[in-house]
Amino acid sequence: MTNRLTRSTALATLLALSGGALSAQELSVLIDNNAATQAAFDALIAAYTEQNPDVSFDIELRPGGGEGDNIVKTRLATGEMADIFSYNSGSLFQALRPDRTLVAIGDLPNVAALNESFLQTVMDGEGNVYGVPYEAAMGGGILYHVPTYEELGLEVPTTWEEFMANNAVIAEQTDKAPVIQTYRDTWTSQLFVLADYFNVQAANPDFAEQYTANQAHYADTPAAQAGFQRLQEVYEAGYLNEDFGAASFDDGLRMVATGEGVHYPMLTFSLGSIQQNNPDLIDDVGFFAQPGDSADSNGLTIWLPAAVYIPQSSDNIDAAKDFLNFVASPEGCAAIVAANGATGPMLVPNCDLPEDVPTAVSDMLPYFEREGGTAPALEFLSPVKGPALEQLTVEVGSGIRDAASAAELYDQDVAKQARQLGLEGW
Amino acid sequence: MQRRSPYPYWFLLPAGTIFAVFFLVPTVASFYFSLTYWDPFEARFAGFENYQQFFSEPFLARGVMNTLIFAVLTSGLKTVLGLLLAVLLTSGLLGQSLLRSVVFFPVLVSTIGVGLLFQELMHPTEGAINVALEAVGIDGPGWLTNPSLALVSVALVDVWRGVGLATLIYIAGLATISPDYYEAARIDGATRWQQFWRVTVPLVRPATTTVIILSLIGGLRLFDLIWAMTRGGPGFASDVLASVIYKQYQAGFWGLSTAGNVILFLLIALLIVPLALHLNRREADL
Repeated sequence: MTNRLTRSTALATLLALSGGALSAQELSVLIDNNAATQAAFDALIAAYTEQNPDVSFDIELRPGGGEGDNIVKTRLATGEMADIFSYNSGSLFQALRPDRTLVAIGDLPNVAALNESFLQTVMDGEGNVYGVPYEAAMGGGILYHVPTYEELGLEVPTTWEEFMANNAVIAEQTDKAPVIQTYRDTWTSQLFVLADYFNVQAANPDFAEQYTANQAHYADTPAAQAGFQRLQEVYEAGYLNEDFGAASFDDGLRMVATGEGVHYPMLTFSLGSIQQNNPDLIDDVGFFAQPGDSADSNGLTIWLPAAVYIPQSSDNIDAAKDFLNFVASPEGCAAIVAANGATGPMLVPNCDLPEDVPTAVSDMLPYFEREGGTAPALEFLSPVKGPALEQLTVEVGSGIRDAASAAELYDQDVAKQARQLGLEGW
Repeated sequence: MQRRSPYPYWFLLPAGTIFAVFFLVPTVASFYFSLTYWDPFEARFAGFENYQQFFSEPFLARGVMNTLIFAVLTSGLKTVLGLLLAVLLTSGLLGQSLLRSVVFFPVLVSTIGVGLLFQELMHPTEGAINVALEAVGIDGPGWLTNPSLALVSVALVDVWRGVGLATLIYIAGLATISPDYYEAARIDGATRWQQFWRVTVPLVRPATTTVIILSLIGGLRLFDLIWAMTRGGPGFASDVLASVIYKQYQAGFWGLSTAGNVILFLLIALLIVPLALHLNRREADL
C-alpha cells in the first residue's frame, strides 16, 4: 500500500513535470506462459499502443494447468489480480464466481457481436458477459505428419479401425513412432479421452445432462469408457514413442512437425507453438478428428477459446475495458492472426482468415462448415470434471492400469469434485 | 516460597504476539477449515466429510506407504553414509577440507534446481546417466518413468542432496569423542573395525539421534524434490502425503487439503514423539 502510494506520488510528480499528460496509465496483464499466448498479447499491445500511446502495459507470466489455476484463484480471492488476465472459458470460468469477482463487460460495443456459442461460455447465470476471446476456437483431435502419409499412401481415417490399421502400416514400414505421447506434461495424456467426446455424444445424446446429474458415469457407459480403451490399445500395440514417459509437450510438437512421430492427439491451439518453433514445417502437419466406431458419425470435438477478463479489484477498470473492446474488434483480431497465423476459426465478426492457412487449419474448417460436424467438449457442457484425469490417463497410457479400472477411479474422482462444488444430486 | 522472576511478564508480549499471530491462530484455524468445503470465496461447514473423503481417496494408501518407504529409506541411507563419510573425512586424508566442502555442497543448492537437473540427467533416452550406461553396454532403466523405480530414484537424489548435512553433524559428533578411548582400545589390542564398532558408534549416539530424527522428519514431509522430479508420477507411483495434499489444494479443494495437512501433522507427531523419547532414553542409559 505504502509502496503504491509512493509510486503514484512519484508518477504524479513526473506527470506534472512532463506537462500533464493526465491520461498516462499502466495496465498490468497476467497471461499464461504458452508461446502463442505471449505472441498474441505482444501483437495486441503493440497494435493498441500505436493508437493509444499514453497507455503502457506490464506483462506477467504464469504457468498453465493446475498451477496456473491456483495463481489465478488465489490472486482473485486476495484482490491482488492484475488489471487484465487470461483464463479458460466454460466450467473453469464459472468456478471463479464471476458475479462476485469480475467486471461485466456486456456494454462494450464490440462484445455483443461476438460468436453466440462463445458468449455462453463466459456468461453468468443472469446473462452478464465477462470475457473476450484472444485465440481461435480449437479442435481436439489428431495432428499427423502429412509427408509420411503421402509416402506410405495412407488415407485419413474416419473410423478407429482404420486409424489402427494406419498405425500398423507405419510401425511396419518405418522406424517412426506411430503415436506420440508426452507425459512430462501430464495434461497432454488426456486427449484420447477428451477428444473422444464427439463420439460419446453421438452414441448417447443425453450424456452430459445425465453425467452432471450423477445418472451416467464413465464406468457404466461403454461409449464414454471407449476413450480410455483407445489409449490402452495404442499402448498395448507398442505404438508409442520410446521416451513417452519423459517427453514434453514441446517435444511432441517437434516430433509431429519433423516426422519423428506420425500421430499426436492434441488441441489445435498448439499449431501456434509449431508456427513459433518450426515455422518452415507448419504445412507438414495435418489434422483429423478423433475417429470413432462408425464412419457415419465422424465429427470434431471442439474447445471454445480462453478469454481475457477484468477483476473487480482493478484500479483501472475503464482503461482495461477499452483494451478488451479492442481485443474484440476486427483490428485486434487481425493483430492476433498476424502474430500466430490462423490456428482455427476466429470468433470475432469480420475477422477473416488469410488465404494461405496452415494445412491443419484447412483440414479443420470443413468440420465447422458441416451441419452437426462439431460438438463442444464435455467441459463446456458440464461443471463436473475430476482433477485426477491426467494422472489416470498417464497410468493407462503407460500400461500401469487398465481402461476399466481407470474409468471407475475417474468416476470416484468426479464424485469428489461434485461434492466439493456442492452440486445437486451427489 | 517461589522466587519472583526479575522481569515483568509483559516482556513476553512481543514474542508472544508473533507466536500467536503466525503460529497459534493458523494452527487452530486450520483445524476449523479442515471441517469445511473451502474455496477462495467461502467456507461451508462440512463436518467430518473431508476426513472421510481423504481416507477413502484411492491413492491415499499408496501415498502413505510411499511416504513411510521414502522417509525410512532416505533416513537410513543418510545415517549410514553420513557416519562413514564423517569417519573418512576426519581420518586426516589429503585434501580433507576440500572434500568436506564437496560433500556439503549439494546441501546449499536449491532443491528445485537439483530436481530439474536430475530430471534431465535421468531422461530415459537422452539423459547423461543412461547415455553413460549405454556406452558400457548397459540398457539403463527409465529412472523416473518406470513406476516401480521412480520413488527410489527420487530417494537416491534426496540422499545425495542431504547426506552432507548428516556428515557435518557426525563430524561435530566425532570431534567430541576423546582420543583417550581410542588409545585405550589400541592398548587392549582392538582392531580398527573393533574401534569403530565399540568406540565410535556408541559414542556418536547423540549425533545419530539428531541425524535420524531430522532426516526422518525431512523425509516424511518432503515435497519440493518429488514435485520437481516426478509430480507424484508416473500416474500416482511416487505420490507421497505431501503431494497428495498439494494436488487437492491445486484442484481448489482447500478444505480437503487442510484436512490432509492435519492428518500429516498427526502422523509425524505419532511417529517422531515416541521415537525421540526412545532414542533419548537409550542415550541416557549409556
